Amino acid sequence: MTTPFYVSPQQAMADRADYARKGIARGRSVVVLTYADGILFVAENPSRALHKMSEIYDRIAFAAVGKYNEFENLRIGGVRYADIRGYSYARHDVTARGLANVYAQTLGTIFSSGGEKPYEVELIVAEVGSTTADDQIYRLTYDGSIADEHHYVAMGGNADQITEQLKRTHREGLPLDEALRVAVDVLGRDGSGEKRTITAAQLEVAVLDRTRSQQRKFKRIVGAQLARLLGEAAPAAEEPADTAADGAAADGAGEANGAAENGSTPKAEGSPEE
Amino acid sequence: MEANTRGTGRLPAAFLTPGSSSFTEFLDAYQPELLPSRRTLPATPVTVEAPHGTTIVAVTFPGGVVMAGDRRATMGNLIAQRDIEKVFPADEYSCVGIAGTAGLAVEMVRLFQVELEHYEKIEGATMSLEGKANRLSQMIRGNLGMAMQGLAVVPLYAGFDVGLGIGRIYNYDVTGGRSVEQGFTSVGSGSLFARGSLKKLYRDDLSAEDAVTVCVQALYDAADDDSATGGPDVSRKIYPIVTVVTEDGLDRWSDERVGGVVQTILGERLIRPNGPNAPVN
Repeated sequence: MTTPFYVSPQQAMADRADYARKGIARGRSVVVLTYADGILFVAENPSRALHKMSEIYDRIAFAAVGKYNEFENLRIGGVRYADIRGYSYARHDVTARGLANVYAQTLGTIFSSGGEKPYEVELIVAEVGSTTADDQIYRLTYDGSIADEHHYVAMGGNADQITEQLKRTHREGLPLDEALRVAVDVLGRDGSGEKRTITAAQLEVAVLDRTRSQQRKFKRIVGAQLARLLGEAAPAAEEPADTAADGAAADGAGEANGAAENGSTPKAEGSPEE
Repeated sequence: MEANTRGTGRLPAAFLTPGSSSFTEFLDAYQPELLPSRRTLPATPVTVEAPHGTTIVAVTFPGGVVMAGDRRATMGNLIAQRDIEKVFPADEYSCVGIAGTAGLAVEMVRLFQVELEHYEKIEGATMSLEGKANRLSQMIRGNLGMAMQGLAVVPLYAGFDVGLGIGRIYNYDVTGGRSVEQGFTSVGSGSLFARGSLKKLYRDDLSAEDAVTVCVQALYDAADDDSATGGPDVSRKIYPIVTVVTEDGLDRWSDERVGGVVQTILGERLIRPNGPNAPVN
């Protein structure tokens, strides 16, 4: 009869954490920051269809890094949670705090259960309030830890370096175009510290805009509007985020509803790239 | 966490199982008791007195569609409510008006709205107008049992077809049968009178404003001859609900704006109580 190897619980958890962290660090970063009219989401993502950030409910959006099929699953779970709650209670009763709690419990249970492989994801759940002071940003890690972030947060890739830079460059109440340039600037500086230029085609940008007249505040910024906001000659005046009638309709392409990559090659980008 | 009363705080497995992008289908598997179609019916038919919504009209014009509804709900010979809303936005590009049992109809509209929004969020694309109209058909079929008990719901659905660039109207019967209407249509108790009025006033080159006037005229004519349809209530400032859907999305007219149209019509009706004359030839 063989005696199984003894692995201390500390070691087992450390191994699982290591595994998850490595997967997450492989991908590119997502930056979420507040601006004058709401919350801005920026990521380097060459894919038009496989999104890293999406709408969950009226005032709530979701951003993620890590394995696409895992966070896509969590996103769909979140949309189902929000819609069921909004339908059986009232739209007002769907909150980012509630959703973040559910995600924390889900990730935490999966992380500590021996039977399941830990999710290689990090999430942000953000809710735009009626004023800047009411904006909420929650960051959730692979082990179910939850942090209440203020003003800005970065995850995936060189998140720590980016956060350091954001600390220097981000100010409260920036207009949308300036906030976007701050975000693109820090995303382009990750890695060895040398600056890369990121074009509009490589970016995925979305906002939760509290000034939007519709109930649903989430809007993707694409095409001409994104180019204009990124333009060097962009006016200092604030750009209205809302030109298209409907954000979700404007993003066009249908999202692949499943795994975009196979499980054996954990990669954080939504689409395969060389 | 709070919503999950069935287990621990984590999302139940059903939430994380890839599957349908339909909210109704998900509810059917997870919490069927929330679905109106899953309700058990009494074995013997009973007559229930419940508020009924009455007349809805819709008119297309080049570039869009207008839907308008009166504000009265009746219960037998009583007026149950004089400011009920019976025209709702279904999503950014379509609206739904309801005639029939008000309580069930409002619930159906709520479910329909979530169904469309849910699909849009999960798929990342909007459903086609035809697809939306078919989803509504299925919901009406789910209510067939209730309809047999006298609690029928008959909606009218109208929207802007982004693909084709035109406004379209879908009419339903109580079994979920669906037909695309050309130009104009009406449902509800006053629909016969409204239809007659629409027939005489409709042209295929109406502007959005004129199409609204045609709708309000038709509702006025319906209220004139049908006791269950409410006319514009000038003293209480209760006017028909008017929704215009175009390429730019859905626009629900403010009470002031509809009030302006109503005042003009009332002024004309003081001179000619039966409304505008159509030419004989």
